[in-house]
Amino acid sequence: MSAPASPLFADRRAIGLLLALLALLLALPALVNSYILSVAILILYFAYTGQAWNVMMGFCGQLSLGHSLYVGVGAYTVAALFVHYQISPWVGVWLAVVICTLMGLVIGFLAFRFGIGGTYFALLTIAFAEFTRIGFDHFDWVGSSGGFFLKVESHGTLDLLNLRGSPTMFYYLALAMCAAAFVFCAWLLKSRAGYYWQAIRENEEAAQALGINTFRWKMLAVGISSAMTSLAGVFFAFYYNNLFPEQIFNISRSIEIILGPIIGGIGTLFGPILGAAVLTILADGITELVAAMGLEIPGVKQVFYGVVLLLVVMFLPHGIWPTLARKLGLGQGSGK
Amino acid sequence: MSALLEVRGISKAFRGLKAVTGASLEVPQGAIVALIGPNGAGKTTCFNMIAGVFKPDSGEVVFAGRRIDGLRPDQICNAGIGRTFQIVKPFAGLSGLDNVMVGAFNRTVHAAEARRIAFEILDKLGLGPKRDLPAASLTLPDRKRLEVARALATRPRLLLLDEVMAGLRPTETDVMVEVFRELNRRDGLTILLIEHVMRAVMALAQNIVVLHHGEIIAAGAPQDVVRDPAVLECYLGEETEV
Repeated sequence: MSAPASPLFADRRAIGLLLALLALLLALPALVNSYILSVAILILYFAYTGQAWNVMMGFCGQLSLGHSLYVGVGAYTVAALFVHYQISPWVGVWLAVVICTLMGLVIGFLAFRFGIGGTYFALLTIAFAEFTRIGFDHFDWVGSSGGFFLKVESHGTLDLLNLRGSPTMFYYLALAMCAAAFVFCAWLLKSRAGYYWQAIRENEEAAQALGINTFRWKMLAVGISSAMTSLAGVFFAFYYNNLFPEQIFNISRSIEIILGPIIGGIGTLFGPILGAAVLTILADGITELVAAMGLEIPGVKQVFYGVVLLLVVMFLPHGIWPTLARKLGLGQGSGK
Repeated sequence: MSALLEVRGISKAFRGLKAVTGASLEVPQGAIVALIGPNGAGKTTCFNMIAGVFKPDSGEVVFAGRRIDGLRPDQICNAGIGRTFQIVKPFAGLSGLDNVMVGAFNRTVHAAEARRIAFEILDKLGLGPKRDLPAASLTLPDRKRLEVARALATRPRLLLLDEVMAGLRPTETDVMVEVFRELNRRDGLTILLIEHVMRAVMALAQNIVVLHHGEIIAAGAPQDVVRDPAVLECYLGEETEV
């Protein structure tokens, strides 16, 4: 807390940096090859899902280890509507959001109404993701365990209405989602909801004594988080064009989502973005390096995730961003 | 003067252990009432029943003419009762300002307005210069003040103070006493306080209620209560001079 910069100054610097970053990101597809672009898309994808998860855990303190549920259900919903009824994802997305929000609210209701908190809440989220995975394994309408596929168009097409196009289109889509999520979360954090959530995260009993209906506000956090995550599912379906329950609902997908914000800084706005970038770049770098050395080490990425997580938890328990923000002279205002 | 808060024969037992038995007390509108008693007498349990943390096993709590026993703590806060915790519960990771803003959002949805309210209250309690520090880094007396500030920000009609003077130096106690007097006089705030610091109790309270082994053994004006033989025997006699 030494030498606290004036909030205005700090905010201005933060906004300046942010605009510079945005300009760079907008120009990126013209500057890099397709491999780097695919890594960038992955970073944006994880930054977005991390931001969505962060609303629940980072802001409100409710640990979900089953966010793959919302990615999966969101993905399957739009994909099924598109494949079976030729319904545009821009229409299907609304149904995906509604279904995922409802699922989130059911989980939230069960947990918060019956006083299931902490670890037990996390287990409940895993349980829902798992039995949904098993359900989809036997759901013939969407290909069951054999997978569900969207028709891949030739590379040249650009059909925004049906989200058929080149990686560049998906890159800009992911960028737009990230930017929108960032602005939305920044607004949430500065609004009454943000204050109430943080109060609940810090001390639920005290929050209640200040007149906060903690049940209602926790439900709101879960609802927003699951709705946001379902959009990632829509992106996933149309970017990858194939869906397997075994993959998309897998708990390791949920873990991947939460690693970014944990390493970047839980509860911060930049943490999920920074964490996604650091993890994705390093993990891909390691994989490339191992491949370049002619070695074949299965699971090297997972081991690497474990090591990074360990190091961050040991040396930067609040994540990378809070420390970095201090070094850059960005005050609490932006680092929060 | 009608009673703002009326507690009628509330009881609470924890697994057969009777914490409070048939306690009744009244807090008139605009008054400052102190609830005193030895450790373990059931004072905080009484508070928790009024504030909605526990539902009384029997008896009723009436606030401003309305039954409030059995309501949730947030509903009771919204009905107009603010409280502090004996063991302080700050939002440790948030700044002092943000702590108080959480309370202020009870009155407004606008952050700017909540911030203005919080500034005003922090200044009133002498926390103005420390408002940007995280609550975790405040000293215990400051955290107690922060508890009061946060509760005040919800603009209660009745403020429940659970040992906010404990750990304060005598001069600091006098400052706090002055703050509560001012709130009582100028804003018409009604206060019910649990307190061990007799210096504060005698300076503030118009009425004292004495709780011992979960039962109320005396109630009345301070000078009468402290001369009551039963009170002297159980509580004041040995170590507190008045």
